[in-house]
Amino acid sequence: MIVVEHLTRRYGGFAAVDDVSFVCQPGRVTGFLGPNGAGKTTTMRIMVGLTPASHGTVTIGGHRYADIPNPGRHVGVLLDASAQHGGRTGKEILTLGARAMGLPDARVDQMLALVSLNSEEANRRLRNYSLGMKQRLGIAHALLGDPQVLILDEPANGLDPAGIRWMRTLLKGYADRGGTVLLSSHLLNEVELIADEMILIGRGKIVAQGDKASLLAAHGGNRAATTTVDSLDNDALVAALTASGLMIAPPAHGPGLTVQASSADVGRVAAEHQIVLTHLSGVQGGLEDIFLELTAATQREVPAGVGAPGYPPPGYPPPPPGHVPPQAPPPGAFPPPPAPNGGVRR
Amino acid sequence: MSAIGPAAFPPPPPGFPAAPGGQPGAAMPPGYLDVSRTAQTPFWRLVGVELRKAVDTVASFWLVMSVAILVVIVDGFVLLATLIQSLSVSFDDFSAVAAGVTSLILPVLGIMLVTSEWSQRTAMVTFALEPRRIRVVWAKLVVGLLLTVIAVLFALVVGLGCTLICEIFNGENTSWNLQLDAMLGFLLSQMLAMLGGFALATLLLNTPAAIVLFFVYRYMVPLVLFVVAGLWRAFEDISPYLNFVEAQGPLAELSMNGEEFAQLLVSGAIWLVLPLVLGIARILRAEVK
Repeated sequence: MIVVEHLTRRYGGFAAVDDVSFVCQPGRVTGFLGPNGAGKTTTMRIMVGLTPASHGTVTIGGHRYADIPNPGRHVGVLLDASAQHGGRTGKEILTLGARAMGLPDARVDQMLALVSLNSEEANRRLRNYSLGMKQRLGIAHALLGDPQVLILDEPANGLDPAGIRWMRTLLKGYADRGGTVLLSSHLLNEVELIADEMILIGRGKIVAQGDKASLLAAHGGNRAATTTVDSLDNDALVAALTASGLMIAPPAHGPGLTVQASSADVGRVAAEHQIVLTHLSGVQGGLEDIFLELTAATQREVPAGVGAPGYPPPGYPPPPPGHVPPQAPPPGAFPPPPAPNGGVRR
Repeated sequence: MSAIGPAAFPPPPPGFPAAPGGQPGAAMPPGYLDVSRTAQTPFWRLVGVELRKAVDTVASFWLVMSVAILVVIVDGFVLLATLIQSLSVSFDDFSAVAAGVTSLILPVLGIMLVTSEWSQRTAMVTFALEPRRIRVVWAKLVVGLLLTVIAVLFALVVGLGCTLICEIFNGENTSWNLQLDAMLGFLLSQMLAMLGGFALATLLLNTPAAIVLFFVYRYMVPLVLFVVAGLWRAFEDISPYLNFVEAQGPLAELSMNGEEFAQLLVSGAIWLVLPLVLGIARILRAEVK
């Protein structure tokens, strides 16, 4: 269990981490989510004593990190997969870690197998590793000492989709054995896939926390639900939905309709009119909207005003003729912000 | 790179220390880590890891090997010159020549022990595994001293071998002159050279800067002190207390009087202890990135 209480770290007048408090429970994967520069890395570095805190405390399993003897046996840490000597082989890096923790060398081969690095890759020097391979090696290093707590900074960065799925399975399995996992990311879909709990941070402050359902319940309440639906007779469905007073959005992409109503409401209308549905789903963008909204203050890409929370409100009327459209789209109308694999970290 | 299920968590291999946290017992509050059965990393293990790190890359391995290779080369030159010209030679001469080489490379070795952690950013991993940073600094210092002892012993053995060859082919001009004092003086002066580099490295945490400053301190400072003493008579008495390089001179024979010893202590405090204390304070407080 990781307990963070009123943690603050100032650089001059700038608070990189500002009165942050949260708890990571054992048996769960906690995602630490926020835009670049929000204070995720600083918080994690304070946790393991690499950066001194200005105020506040962090305890891991009831102890300050510096008070844990041989901490690699209790807390697995991956803060930067590239922060290793480029001239060492992957195997040598793990061997050094195993020696420092007092583990047999056989553990190194076990961990290499666990993260699927073959012997050719293990004997390659780190400077010839791809970012994804460095991440796998870093996870192997964090798991070496069979720790009860994992602290991983951007571990999915540089992994391909199969790698992200692999990590999800790995970390879920780890949490199911009672382990505590804290992992950070600036990409919502990574965390959404992997984490049970989410902590959203923006400009050094916690803006929201909880599991996905409670986040949606707490912050999505004022937003009209959106449902995509398809049926054997879409014309009849449109007529029925309009008659019921439900608003139909212009088709986004692909077949079917987008309705500004909950999927239960849409299904009920279809059932009343005996229309056969072939597809019915609530739109998954809800969490992303919340994320962008809550961290909007730190989203420098969006001009002030346009990206502000609640813009445009649901049912916003079409602009009058001659109106100059805003330069940036409302949150959620676009696919997620560009997030190439290996996106550059701060 | 296939998906791996939870079952893939391997049971620890034979020889793996018992799970330190144990099973979450009934007495333990949930989420509490029981660290009472975990031993602190023993100091000798830190030394072993730091020693391995000092020689486990191509660059660091050949830096250490270059000490040995250069000692063999310079001693070899002396040997050839002696034999060809039938010069008189003693065991001391080989040590003196070897010392010239090791006193250049051992400080660089001391510097690299410290600064490579910063230039390669491995300090993040090192200090995450041992948050009591001072223990890592002492372990590195011990490794530097160990490598110095090995280098000096190697130089002495090569010197002995060369003297033996001279004895065989040029016996009438060869003297052994084996003195324990001289050997100890050789060892001590090399340790001080290595420590000088190490201390400046802790202060600067940057390889090129530390190397430049080391050679400035070693070659420029004595020169400046000499010039100042020439211009300002009163400084002549103070200068020997500031010149660490010169103060080490009598060390070679382990023959120093009280004043020379005081000069060594004072200049050593300025050039070695002061940067080391400030440097260690910096390492202990530094934000490791």
